[in-house]
Amino acid sequence: MNITFIQPEKFREQMEYLRRERGMDFLRELVGMDWGEEGIGAVYMLENSETKENVQVATRSTNREAPAIPTVSDIWKIAEMYEREAFDFFGIIFTGHPDLRRLFLRNDWVGYPLRKDYDESEELNPVRMFSENVENDCTHTLAPDGTLQRNPDTLFDNNEYIINIGPQHPATHGVLRFRLSLEGEVIKKTDVHCGYIHRGVEKISERLTYPQILALTDRLDYLSAHQNRHALCMCIENAMDVEVTERTQYIRTIMDELQRIDSHLLFISCAAMDLGALTTFIYGFRDREKILDIFEEVTGGRLIQNYNVIGGVQADITATFAEKVKAFCKYIPKKIKEYNDVFTNNIITRKRMVGVGVLGRDEAISFGCTGGTGRASGWACDVRKRHPYALYDKVDFKEVIYQNGDSFSRYLVRIDEIMESVRIIEQLIDNIPEGDYKVKTKPVIRIPEGSYHATVEGSRGEFGVFIESRGEKSPYRIKFRPMGLPLVACMGTLLNGNKIADLMTIGATLDYVIPDIDR
Amino acid sequence: MEMKKPVIKSIPYEEFKDNETLEALVNELNKERTNVVVGALDDLINWGRSNSLWSLTFATSCCGIEFMSVGAARYDFARFGFEVTRNSPRQADLIMVAGTITHKMAPVLKRLYDQMADPKYVIAVGGCAISGGPFKGSYHVLNGVDKIIPVDVYIPGCPPRPEAILYGMMQLQRKVKVEKFFGGVNRKQSREELPEGPMIITNVPQETMNNKEKEQ
Ligand code: SF4
Repeated sequence: MNITFIQPEKFREQMEYLRRERGMDFLRELVGMDWGEEGIGAVYMLENSETKENVQVATRSTNREAPAIPTVSDIWKIAEMYEREAFDFFGIIFTGHPDLRRLFLRNDWVGYPLRKDYDESEELNPVRMFSENVENDCTHTLAPDGTLQRNPDTLFDNNEYIINIGPQHPATHGVLRFRLSLEGEVIKKTDVHCGYIHRGVEKISERLTYPQILALTDRLDYLSAHQNRHALCMCIENAMDVEVTERTQYIRTIMDELQRIDSHLLFISCAAMDLGALTTFIYGFRDREKILDIFEEVTGGRLIQNYNVIGGVQADITATFAEKVKAFCKYIPKKIKEYNDVFTNNIITRKRMVGVGVLGRDEAISFGCTGGTGRASGWACDVRKRHPYALYDKVDFKEVIYQNGDSFSRYLVRIDEIMESVRIIEQLIDNIPEGDYKVKTKPVIRIPEGSYHATVEGSRGEFGVFIESRGEKSPYRIKFRPMGLPLVACMGTLLNGNKIADLMTIGATLDYVIPDIDR
Repeated sequence: MEMKKPVIKSIPYEEFKDNETLEALVNELNKERTNVVVGALDDLINWGRSNSLWSLTFATSCCGIEFMSVGAARYDFARFGFEVTRNSPRQADLIMVAGTITHKMAPVLKRLYDQMADPKYVIAVGGCAISGGPFKGSYHVLNGVDKIIPVDVYIPGCPPRPEAILYGMMQLQRKVKVEKFFGGVNRKQSREELPEGPMIITNVPQETMNNKEKEQ
């Protein structure tokens, strides 16, 4: 992957040029980096949503004390969150950022964990058993002399009625926390807090060997376990020039699609449960178990399968695999009809979903909301079509796109995608070629020096892996693109002006998984 | 502490019944013999309590999804008396810590635990809750919830199978069944009897304390 370095002084100008003249409207990723002597900075991956053209640029500052880079948060909306993340991990100060707070860690955290010279000692950061200071009521801006300045009480002022939702709340699908300012029942302002499940995966990975890192990807977004691992395996295989067999590609593609159905079934179940329809929850889980049975038979794991490995898959498919998958493909359309009867066409469901939380197409792109959410807003963002991998350019399937961008479209996209996934599987299942399920790789896996990147379509968006290698057994820096962070970033836009009860609908249909956001 | 023979797939009944630790516990409890009336009442109360343990919905990550499966159609923990999950700690009897607990989450978990009404129980589900699991050694992960709250049952696995989770939950039921309600758990402990002093947090910054005082 080619990365163009730009001086921080020229950086703003160049980025504006890329956005305006080259139409780079999708900021795929922002990877904070510590290059050691050469400075601290960030790599930006941009894409033109029309032409699918890609550009990677980077900038860095040699001042390790306070590395300053101009912000791009006014050009791409998602950059606001991404920059907060880079500030949190690397202490990069994005000049001009409207609100530079830590995103994941507590605000009394000492040091910047992903820097190479971070001191991990327990004494600096013990487990603090008291609540965080309310310092999070302030924004950070940069004073003219270059120091970071706190502006207390600008986020919410003292007269506002603020309620707290989460981190332990059933409607947040995990441990996410919102602070909402209300006027009556209407939400005025939203502040999202992440990091309650920040496990430091990227930092641990720098100590592990590549095959060891594989195990962690399953646990990021556990409902995209196969796809996540597929992405990492693909990235490493590309870097090492390993060609996997045809059989592996078939197995991987089928497994990815099964996983997608699994995730979408869980989506329907949980969305229904959040809206109070417990029956659908039970139905969804009943059918999901059928997929888990197949997974278990082949991989040995139900939820977390650890199936893909570098160069292939862990074990060959079983003799009854094809038969079971085919039976499932026959079974599920009937059940979808049942969901439609009980839930989708229910008047209450419609009343609560139609027209609620509308995300426009341009906003979806600016926020980088890929996956079902982006497609419900009319953005053709499916990685399987944009940058085909595995067998996706050989199979015939439709990219499901809706134009309304409301909660109901987001819901329908998933229902339709289940059917498309079934179609993909049906095309492949009878033709799995004979051959090895795994090619031999070197016992110790080293990646040649350089930067590598691979993406797949996860269950809820584009999942990307970025590896910077120095030719060692473990990566110099590894970054996973969270599928959920853009979805959470746009929560504010979707919520403000809506009723508080709509938080459940909007949160449920955006379908984020928190460990994937926090990593 | 006999139990009606439950039908559980894939774990032999003999193994299921094998509970040396609990047997030892019962023997110790009954060493001094129990009064018939009190003992009978104890049994009755424990029977009731152990068969309606409601858990708090507390799932931070992957293990939580398996916990949801246990609550859903195929495994259905309601069969064994874990009828529903509660969203409020005030209404819950037990907390299933399903998932990784991070530094930022630790005070929240502690507070939730403190908010629950006695008697309360904790089950640590999965490697993460037991010891930090695959993330042990991370700068932001708590290596085991037993560092901050007492744990009654540990269920290993990553994630544990639903059968294992059920087994763990039933193990807790057994534990509840051998409690001494009268003169046992329900007795006020004297100060000398407390195992250790209460947990005192010493590293609260002055600023936080000042804020607290201002609030009051
Ligand atoms: S023990 Fe494994 S499955 Fe459970 S939360 Fe931890 S990583 Fe996830």
